Amino acid sequence: MTGTPEDRLPETATPRLPRGVRVRFDEARNTHMLLAPERAVRMDPIAAAILAETNGARTFGEIVDLLAAKYAAPRDQIAGDVRRLLVDLMDKRMLEVSP
Amino acid sequence: MNAPVVAEEVQKAARRVPPPMAMLAELTHRCPLKCPYCSNPLELVKRNEELSTEEWASVLKQAAAMGVLHVHFSGGEPAARRDLEELVSIAREAGLYTNLITSGVGLTEARVKDLSARGLDHVQLSLQGTDSEMADLIGGYRGGFEHKMKVAAWIKAEGLPLTVNAVMHRRNLHKTRETIALAVTLGARRIEIANTQIHGWAVKNRAALVPTRAMVDECTRVVMEERERLKGLLVIDYVPPDHHSIYPKACMGGWGRVGINIEPNGKVLPCHAAATIPHLTFETVRDKPLAWIWNESSSFNAYRGTDWMPEPCRSCERKEADFGGCRCQAMAYAGDASATDPMCHKSPFRETIRTLVEAESETGEIPGYEYRIM
Ligand code: SF4
Ligand code: SF4
Repeated sequence: MTGTPEDRLPETATPRLPRGVRVRFDEARNTHMLLAPERAVRMDPIAAAILAETNGARTFGEIVDLLAAKYAAPRDQIAGDVRRLLVDLMDKRMLEVSP
Repeated sequence: MNAPVVAEEVQKAARRVPPPMAMLAELTHRCPLKCPYCSNPLELVKRNEELSTEEWASVLKQAAAMGVLHVHFSGGEPAARRDLEELVSIAREAGLYTNLITSGVGLTEARVKDLSARGLDHVQLSLQGTDSEMADLIGGYRGGFEHKMKVAAWIKAEGLPLTVNAVMHRRNLHKTRETIALAVTLGARRIEIANTQIHGWAVKNRAALVPTRAMVDECTRVVMEERERLKGLLVIDYVPPDHHSIYPKACMGGWGRVGINIEPNGKVLPCHAAATIPHLTFETVRDKPLAWIWNESSSFNAYRGTDWMPEPCRSCERKEADFGGCRCQAMAYAGDASATDPMCHKSPFRETIRTLVEAESETGEIPGYEYRIM
């Protein structure tokens, strides 16, 4: 797949976890885990917060706005963090995006 | 903040074994296929010895409570069990991520729909070849390939994520590119290109299975190319054959560290082939709680961690990376389960095995397969 991270995940795109990928709280390890085929990825609190807002209805821009307000952080910085995580998940086929 | 703890509890916590991540539930050894590379043991568990639905339900709930995240329903052919659907429901209710590892034979459109409705998370469909002639020769089952193509379409129609499991060996390794293309056509998100491991029944067919070095190098090249080309479309996991690498694989991610295997009769193993180690006794879920077996049993503690290691592993910088490799391979080739994996370049057995295997693989004709008669 080609294109810059901004092309691949523009402000207006709607990201969602596809079927077979889900986040659950793991009591035994006291952490959020992202579960996918053959993969279990420990989510740090930031990643868990991002994925909690990724509900398949909000656009990328809306997710960033929400988190920027919630954590009172500069929007650019939040957008960078969110995009980095989500594009990485796209490469792993753990995230789908509708334009 | 953590509450303060007394010294003794700190020690206890340090000794505590981390919980398993994944459980392989071998529901049955029954299988309509006869793959020559089958890694199931020569002596199969009989139908009347299999765990009942209630017994499996208990195992699944115990596993979830211990911290298991993924359950892989496997076999044999798990669809040979009529209670597969019910077990998927039970596992989902317990919070487990459910994966079905199947040849597709025994699945119907109605069963795929039902499994999907019950929340099955993922399917791994095995592929023996890229056309019916090759696939059915390898699987020893006529019509298997055509049926698989239908099963893949039903899975896709349900929107269930699909991984294609392609077991590669001498007869199909040159078809790596076609195999990957077929996975894309079938709508898979992921493919496992796994060179066959020589365990169980496969040992009988070693000479017919082990590919030449040139074939492996070409396969590796194709995988790297396709991986780049299909990035974002298909994830390619690649397992090269052991005897061409310098270091062994971290078998099971380390003994008693990540995974737990349940045989059809409830016997609990640290790895699929562990029963080939004759001096170990394995407990069954019919006698003991799963958590006890994981934490306390002598079989799970036999090769856990690194304390058991002799030289050269003991002083090796890779011991936390590969945990000394595979115990079953050490047993098979070195006659000692605690020996360094014979595929490691530090093992004294390595050269002998490599010469033997390479000589076998370079013979012109592929010898006929010895099929299992069930
Ligand atoms: S490897 Fe082939 S024969 Fe063995 S259990 Fe799997 S599908 Fe059946
Ligand atoms: S010597 Fe042991 S620990 Fe070191 S690479 Fe070989 S198998 Fe692994």
